[in-house]
Amino acid sequence: MSTTIDSTQTTPSVTLPELTRDEMVRYSRHLLLPEVGVEGQRRLKAARVLLVGAGGLGSPAALYLAAAGVGTLGIVDFDVVDLSNLHRQLLHGTSDVGRSKLASAIDRLRDVNPHVVVEPHEIRLTSENALALIARYDLVVDGTDNFQTRYLVNDACVLTGRPNVYGSIFRFDGQVSVFCTADGPCYRCLYREPPPPGMVPSCAEGGVLGILPGLVGTLQATEAIKLILGIGEPLVGRFALIDALGARQRTVAIGRDPTCPACGTRELQSLIDYDAFCGVPAGPEAEAAVPEITPVELAEWIARGDDFDLVDVREPHESAIARLPGARLVPLGGFADAIPTLDRARDIVVHCRSGARSARAVRQLQLAGFTRAWNLAGGILRWSDDVDASVAKY
Amino acid sequence: MPTFSLPSVLAAHIGGIRSVATTGTTVDGAIDALVDQYPQLAPRLRDAAGAPYPFVTFYLNDEDVRLVGGFAAAVSDGDEVTIVPAVAGG
Repeated sequence: MSTTIDSTQTTPSVTLPELTRDEMVRYSRHLLLPEVGVEGQRRLKAARVLLVGAGGLGSPAALYLAAAGVGTLGIVDFDVVDLSNLHRQLLHGTSDVGRSKLASAIDRLRDVNPHVVVEPHEIRLTSENALALIARYDLVVDGTDNFQTRYLVNDACVLTGRPNVYGSIFRFDGQVSVFCTADGPCYRCLYREPPPPGMVPSCAEGGVLGILPGLVGTLQATEAIKLILGIGEPLVGRFALIDALGARQRTVAIGRDPTCPACGTRELQSLIDYDAFCGVPAGPEAEAAVPEITPVELAEWIARGDDFDLVDVREPHESAIARLPGARLVPLGGFADAIPTLDRARDIVVHCRSGARSARAVRQLQLAGFTRAWNLAGGILRWSDDVDASVAKY
Repeated sequence: MPTFSLPSVLAAHIGGIRSVATTGTTVDGAIDALVDQYPQLAPRLRDAAGAPYPFVTFYLNDEDVRLVGGFAAAVSDGDEVTIVPAVAGG
């Protein structure tokens, strides 16, 4: 089977851009491959690829696509480089911490290959801008980190007819596929709906092996190049599962779902509210629906000797990294079972790393009738910033 | 005796075990046997009514079970069922 993207594959070779002398040397190892050759390299030069996310997956994908000579790389990201990104996001270096990821990416990619045009899009991809943006590119490489944007990218790719080179990671496992081609399934065919918020932890909560996005992102770049060149067997209708711990890779068969509202029945004719679809609170007010206490206020309670219980809902290995004095460790997964052991007549302060998991625990307490439960706003991270810098941030 | 292959997101709930041999003559029956052995997995594999979640997929010998009979698909000795929940990390 040969699945290719339309816009470059149908371009007559006479209208493809010529390669310069420098480019002929730079890409000589490609030119020696009969499957690529001069015409294939000119197709790569003509291609326009949109990378959504310049993080763990976007880093290796951008580096290899630029090195391979993809002529135009659009990159969507609005984040800044954080020290905790650097164990896996190789587009960025230590000197880039605090800079925008796009500025860092442009500098790095210019050095990797000055022949590539990088188009920065320092925006959040939304239902309002996604269609127009994606329509300007031949294919999309999805390197986002949340379900809302994954469904948004999928639906926008279906509606614009652009292939979606999908990759996703968690802890030691990765997933890769090519969705939204003319003859293959889309992401909704595979996963009709996302899990409820909180059921699947994010990489920031659950961790990820730093090298894993390197494996998955380079597979995405490989698939993108195959689609542009029209060679090989693309991962259409197949789902590659990478198990880094077991050193195993399995490819399973997936199929198009004729009842899929996006690519099957086509009842989904425009983009929707993806926060609502994924059950994510719409704004900061919704996030702050539980009573909160700031780290400074908690430090005052402790200093005064106030009588309260402090509960840590992180995992034991997180407690080994940093902990607050006097906290009782009750990981969120077993929190419901521990509720009967808590004293509803006392103030209970619940904390985690950032305040997200502990907010869910406080909601559980509210549902159980507790009226004196408080979420530590910002968790360990803000405690370290505002109260005690000797407590490690991670 | 079918064997389940679990991703790390599920293995984390059962002490890191990635492969579990079970009994059962259908995918559904094998899942029953799996959750008998590890009850903590039950709410992560099927909904309260025992129906598939839209965000967890099962593969019988590398085929999406939805393409080969769903949870009613027959399983036997040597079959492998791979569970793949949706994850969104990037």
